Amino acid sequence: MSPRAKTRLEPAKTNPDLIRNFCIIAHIDHGKSTLADRMLQLTGVVDDRSMRAQYLDRMDIERERGITIKSQAVRMPWEVAGQTYALNMIDTPGHVDFTYEVSRSLAACEGAVLLVDAAQGIEAQTLANLYLAMENDLEIIPVLNKIDLPAAQPEKYAEELANLIGGNPEDCLRVSGKTGVGVDALLDKIVATIPNPVGDPNAPARAMIFDSVYDSYRGVVTYVRMIDGSLAPRERIQMMSTKAVHELLEIGVSSPEPEPTKGLGVGEVGYLITGVKDVRQSKVGDTVTNAQKPATDALKGYKDPLPMVYSGIYPIDGSDYPNLREALDKLKLSDAALAYEPETSVALGFGFRCGFLGLLHLEIVTERLEREFGLDLIATAPSVVYEVTMDDGKEITVTNPSEFPTGKVKTVLEPIVKATILAPKDYVGVIMELCQGRRGVMIDMQYLGEDRVQLRYTLPLAEIVFDFFDQLKSKTQGYASLDYEEAGLAQGDLVKVDLLLQGEQVDAFSAIVHKDKAYAYGVMITGKLRELIPRQQFEVPIQAAIGSRIIARESIRAMRKDVLAKCYGGDISRKRKLLEKQKEGKKRMKMVGRVEVPQEAFIAALSTDGEKKGEKKGK
Amino acid sequence: MASLPSGDPAPLDGLLPANAVVDSDARTFHAYLHIPFCRVRCGYCDFNTYTASELRGVTQNSFLDNLSNEISFSRAAIENSGLPEREFSSVFFGGGTPTQLEAKQLAAVLQQLKEEFGVIAGAEVTTEANPDNVDEDYFENLSAAGFNRVSIGMQSAVPEVLAKLDRTHNPENVEKAVRAAKNNGLQTSVDLIYGTPGESIADWKFSVQTALSLGVDHISAYSLIVEPGTKLAQQIKNGKVAEPDEDEQAEKYELADELFQEAGFNWYEVSNWSTGESTRSAHNLAYWRSNDWWGYGPGAHSHIGGTRWWNVKHPASYAEKLAAGNSPALAREVLSEQTRLTERILLEIRIADGLAIEVVKRLNPDAAKFISGFIADGLIDAKSAISGRILLTQRGRLLADSLVRDLLG
Repeated sequence: MSPRAKTRLEPAKTNPDLIRNFCIIAHIDHGKSTLADRMLQLTGVVDDRSMRAQYLDRMDIERERGITIKSQAVRMPWEVAGQTYALNMIDTPGHVDFTYEVSRSLAACEGAVLLVDAAQGIEAQTLANLYLAMENDLEIIPVLNKIDLPAAQPEKYAEELANLIGGNPEDCLRVSGKTGVGVDALLDKIVATIPNPVGDPNAPARAMIFDSVYDSYRGVVTYVRMIDGSLAPRERIQMMSTKAVHELLEIGVSSPEPEPTKGLGVGEVGYLITGVKDVRQSKVGDTVTNAQKPATDALKGYKDPLPMVYSGIYPIDGSDYPNLREALDKLKLSDAALAYEPETSVALGFGFRCGFLGLLHLEIVTERLEREFGLDLIATAPSVVYEVTMDDGKEITVTNPSEFPTGKVKTVLEPIVKATILAPKDYVGVIMELCQGRRGVMIDMQYLGEDRVQLRYTLPLAEIVFDFFDQLKSKTQGYASLDYEEAGLAQGDLVKVDLLLQGEQVDAFSAIVHKDKAYAYGVMITGKLRELIPRQQFEVPIQAAIGSRIIARESIRAMRKDVLAKCYGGDISRKRKLLEKQKEGKKRMKMVGRVEVPQEAFIAALSTDGEKKGEKKGK
Repeated sequence: MASLPSGDPAPLDGLLPANAVVDSDARTFHAYLHIPFCRVRCGYCDFNTYTASELRGVTQNSFLDNLSNEISFSRAAIENSGLPEREFSSVFFGGGTPTQLEAKQLAAVLQQLKEEFGVIAGAEVTTEANPDNVDEDYFENLSAAGFNRVSIGMQSAVPEVLAKLDRTHNPENVEKAVRAAKNNGLQTSVDLIYGTPGESIADWKFSVQTALSLGVDHISAYSLIVEPGTKLAQQIKNGKVAEPDEDEQAEKYELADELFQEAGFNWYEVSNWSTGESTRSAHNLAYWRSNDWWGYGPGAHSHIGGTRWWNVKHPASYAEKLAAGNSPALAREVLSEQTRLTERILLEIRIADGLAIEVVKRLNPDAAKFISGFIADGLIDAKSAISGRILLTQRGRLLADSLVRDLLG
């Protein structure tokens, strides 16, 4: 075992030969954060006392859900054979919604720790990231985690990993992030096998942005990996995509608290602060150079994040609209992928059409808006972007189902994804059934080991944005994992189904569905709403319609009794408090015309599984 | 057992805040006496009452001493708070089962109230009664002592329903009790409960008709409320008993209301009907009109000029507090103007005199849009609304709480 390093290498002056940049690729729940915590403790950058569980996941939501949204980079000293090395661990987001961010994090590394739960084996999402890492020519160190678990089967999964990436099963390290077993050996192996970074110290500076985070005190903190040249405090820097020039107020490394340095040299990983307040000025994937002596070529791989899923976000209380705008403006500072523009709904009033990378992103944003800004919100059912061509040749981009044109539609194009599903072979039947029910077309199916199968499908994105993942999980007892990537557009035979409450169209409930499914959809949603909307003082008819044709109807009977019989012995306080509590509940209702509709109805109505409304995705 | 609300600490000396005195001359003053004894506990009941084995050594005699102490205590507290001397406009003995006590014991309590405060001549003096432990003698003694009204816990005329409620009385005793009360010149009321699990519409109709045949002048009909912590709530939770169906409860209410009307009874509060204005319960109305009352006995609630308080629940704790010369109050609430308005809305909407729209507007200037909707939906009487009062229709009475939530904004 290597000892803790006695001295640390000074940033800006570190020989690239002594630097190791690596990331950890893992499925959610496979223990990446716990392993990272153990490394921080073992290398001594965080003392045992101040150790918080999952130190690197800073946001409350991240810690509560045990997932990483924003990546971080930490510099750790580690000594091998009397030589101190600087290890930069780049923590990558682990969810499909953030594939682009993952790819940039990988581009900042020379190696990756492939971390797999020794009781569960590799999952689809890990495979996708592993693929990305190998594309980037990263050195892969396979590691089985949680070997302390009684259910661990390290031999079985070491075999699986060896099949996947080559090499011997014995090369697969076995660790426990929880107990710390094997973590020192892993650090040694990182030093031994991951190549040191190579760059031209004398070339014009080029640093790749792999993350940028908004901090309310310091403005935007940009995380970079130096490729060529160096950067120093007080220099004027330029963003190569926007040509914007900023002064470098502070440059440093995270250890894991920020430590200002005299600069960053070739191969080093650290952060920049320019006083800029908006993360859009510091886009992930962009190249930072010196404004006086700019590089000619930007680093490859930059692209603007494109929203995949749209949802209308509305305040329950209309007077909160300005607050919602302000909150979105603030969130945007720390979330470059969030897009929004004002939108008006007949049913819901003033709100915003918001674009997200995926469903988890949507949930995180709405949760942050409610929690950090104290707003009560309604998010309408997520939808995708449709490209509609009319008979007269006019083209319309539809991000909101209620805007779907009613005239003569010639063609409708919808986004398609390529989905990869991994599961034990017993579940192949139910998965195929699910995918076919969602208009999926199988690409191929192959066995990964004796009992695990990989299925690949093309599926319309619209069919999976909603509850596909929940369904997949429940039909496979949680064993299946899913990853998907965009695969262009395809024509679909789609119609808009509207919903009417008391004869009034409620735009927020409009949906675009395949023609063959429209009737079933109408029956489902009217039935759902009958359950979700509480009885009112009057009868409420619910109808689903395509154009003016009613395809399904239900009705909510008028409530008949809502009165307490008596106040026992003059206990008025009890009655008043009960009513006040009920009144609070009423605030969570949205008035649609005269009908009180609970907030959850706007999303839960579309879920195919009525029992599990609001179940969190992304796990 | 029903938990008491949470509130602020109550002062040991029982003194009321200065604003409780404001306008006190305009409010009537009433006494409620809580007699926390029952022979058995009924399965649906979460009232503050105790069977002999639950009393931790409190006897009926020692309880009566404590009650007497609270009456003396109340007199001092009211005087020291600067409230004017007011005689009681009504006295009501409830429980529990007040008739577990002997008539002369109840008479003694009433006598003390008369001596310490006075009772206005002709004021309503009621006791609740269990039909099993009253007879001609009992009522004769009550009448002689100044009682003029009796409220009999009938609940149902159907033996199976009574059994489900754990009521042990013999239905025939109700008739006897009413006759005995009337023979002694007492006004009579019966309480009914509808919606007991297993009770059919026909069962309920029979109970209502039976009640009407008794010749009483007042009937209360309460829907069964499943209170948490009761045996009934547990049975429903375990699936042994079906939960009362709100639609069926509504149907039973409508049926009763119609039968009562045919028999010459009119509603004057959501759950109360009487043969005329003079037979309405003055004591009951005092609650809905936010008048002042002192509730004596363990767990009793009081209200004076916007301060509400409630006594500790157990008779043993009640005894300890009074023995130490302190107020038996557990906690109190000094209501803000807003809260007093809120309460007026939720209380006055329930009575046949109606609720002044002006009161609602003081709290919620936007109320007009709801009121017009209520008229359109047949929930309130249009003519009354136009002349400035909210008066519930039959359907409106059944939805009173939902109307209140709208009005509160």
